[in-house]
Amino acid sequence: MSPVQRTVSRTLVVLVAMFAFAFALVPLYDVFCRITGLNGKVDTTAQALVHEEVDASRYVTVQLVTRSGSGLPWRLEVEQRQLRVHPGQAVEVGFTFVNQSEAPQWGRAVPSVSPSNANRHLRKVSCFCFEEQRLEAGERLELPLVFQLARDLPPEVNTVTLVYTLYPVERGALALTPRDPGSSSDGGDA
Amino acid sequence: MASKLPKPPLEHSASGAGAAASEAHAAPPKGILRWLLTTNHKEIGSLYLIFSLIMFFIGGIFALVVRLELFQPGLQFVDPEFFNQMTTMHGLIMVFAAVMPAFTGLANWMIPLQIGAPDMALPRLNNFSFWLLPVAFILLLSTLLMPGGGPNFGWTFYAPLSTTYAPPSTTFFILAMHIAGISSILGAINIIATILNMRAPGMRMMDMPLFVWTWLITAFLLIAVMPVLAGVITMMLLDINFGTSFFDAAGGGDPVLFQHLFWFFGHPEVYIMILPAFGIVSAIIPTFARKPLFGYASMVYATASIAILSFLVWAHHMFVVGLPLVAELFFMYTTMLIAVPTGVKVFNWITTLFQGSITFETPMLFALAFVVLFTIGGFSGLMLAIAPADFQYHDTYFVVAHFHYVLVPGAIFSIMAGVYYWLPKWTGHYPSETLGRWHFWLSVIGVNLTFFPMHFSGLAGMPRRIPDYALQFADFNLVSSLGAFLFGLSQLLFVVVIVKCVRGGEKAPAKAWEGAEDLEWSVPSPAPLHTFETPPHVTPQPHP
Repeated sequence: MSPVQRTVSRTLVVLVAMFAFAFALVPLYDVFCRITGLNGKVDTTAQALVHEEVDASRYVTVQLVTRSGSGLPWRLEVEQRQLRVHPGQAVEVGFTFVNQSEAPQWGRAVPSVSPSNANRHLRKVSCFCFEEQRLEAGERLELPLVFQLARDLPPEVNTVTLVYTLYPVERGALALTPRDPGSSSDGGDA
Repeated sequence: MASKLPKPPLEHSASGAGAAASEAHAAPPKGILRWLLTTNHKEIGSLYLIFSLIMFFIGGIFALVVRLELFQPGLQFVDPEFFNQMTTMHGLIMVFAAVMPAFTGLANWMIPLQIGAPDMALPRLNNFSFWLLPVAFILLLSTLLMPGGGPNFGWTFYAPLSTTYAPPSTTFFILAMHIAGISSILGAINIIATILNMRAPGMRMMDMPLFVWTWLITAFLLIAVMPVLAGVITMMLLDINFGTSFFDAAGGGDPVLFQHLFWFFGHPEVYIMILPAFGIVSAIIPTFARKPLFGYASMVYATASIAILSFLVWAHHMFVVGLPLVAELFFMYTTMLIAVPTGVKVFNWITTLFQGSITFETPMLFALAFVVLFTIGGFSGLMLAIAPADFQYHDTYFVVAHFHYVLVPGAIFSIMAGVYYWLPKWTGHYPSETLGRWHFWLSVIGVNLTFFPMHFSGLAGMPRRIPDYALQFADFNLVSSLGAFLFGLSQLLFVVVIVKCVRGGEKAPAKAWEGAEDLEWSVPSPAPLHTFETPPHVTPQPHP
């Protein structure tokens, strides 16, 4: 191999490695976010309730925010927008899904937690966000969220915000449905 | 190092390219075929430079459409959708079709001459990487005529704006960017192979002119980050056309991931556009100060440090996306750290000037303006690096002012300085000094009139990428628009200077500038098509 060929083949190796690295970053980023709890990413699997003594000396405000408007004509409502809970206490909150369209549809609520350092201390025992939902035209569905804040929640965290954003799920078809911003405003804020 | 260098590549060029060249040159193709098939580094260099000049004007016209609309508050000339296409296309064309090819063109012309090589290491690949460019950018420009219009999501093409909400032509944009990316990657491979293998006998790495050094480091940056860009736009392509959800939260993806990946490419990319500029200025200032460059070795190490740091600062573009405090601090400090090697460079240039016998020919004027105005851009960069302050500056005209100061009187002035400096070598004639000075002064005044008021409108809160603005910004925008037209029109003088210089003018000797010391000044002016067929012997000069 001539020196030029050697240089070129080495640069090509770097090139391929960097291209692969860009794709490897996608799962790595996901893992990194889950481990550190950054970016509000949470586990989408149920966690066991830990029976621990409730820390009655401390109150944490839990805010529940629901958002729609990504082209899914559904409404998502929570029975209480804000709760005051003790660390260690198991809490159940009801959420109401309403399909406002004329057709059955699949949707899912994508969760996010803020601040990120509260993330690892939040245990979701049961959540509608673990799976996708199917709602018939005009159907109304009540689903619970059961969670617990661990007793080792950092002391500086006084407020935890749980956000659920509704997204449409295209079942069985890979083709993207046309998403025009107009349709989102129909269902979004109604 | 030096012992194993010269032999094999020179044999290669004598038996392979040389022999093939002499056969081919028995009957050189005529007309357009000559340019389509050329493998000569000087001809390809010229093609790159001419292409870049044409694209500079196209991107400039887009900028003037933007400035025309912003001349007064309210919507006057274009509708907001077209305005967005203009800002996007201006950025894309200037970055990928004007600045980058201009530096590659200068590299093609000058690197073989500066290291005493007969041509680039891979001449046919060189031809291919140039001819990919017109294909890529004709494709990109054609999107403006497609239904739904061209890219309208900014040159940073953040997802999901560039995926879910993008015009249908986005797939063509992705293809064009892939082709342009392949072109720069191939160009970078060629430059690395040339510099590492084809230096004249006796020239060690630390004897290379700084333009060669900065380009070597730039080429490594290109190899490292252009594949990441290719990866990002491939993911966009999959998201748009194949139902994946890399950047779509609905399917478990993450739009913030796009920004991380983009800026992991994007920050080194901005150094790709400035490191060769450092090299050009480091050639011109010693020539016209008639002193060797102060701190050669520190210049090399500073360039390498900037390149390494460029991989550790990307999230300073994302201070407001909701990074954790630790990340904000980390990226703030690493960003500020870049000021250290950059400061080393600026002080080295100033120290080179100290007690020199300075003359102010046009290349030197542009180089000095580079040092002053680039430093202003560097300082506003430091202001933006301060994470808490960036929450105020983010996405305002202050950012626009900052990056235009580093790119226009930074990168583009250095290219112009390089063109004025090397035109005698390329054409055998000196460029007109009178017209050159007019061009310089009109450009300096135009640039500052255009971009300096943007600092103020940005600090006062004017957002980027808007076709209309609140009335209190009217005066700043009026000045900016007038300056932009002055700057744009004065570039016609640049074309006049170049055309006149190609056609005739004062004859230049081999060593066209009194203080010029590098190897390219040892070949006749104009440089014959084939140079250094027998390698020169370089006696290493000790650096002061």
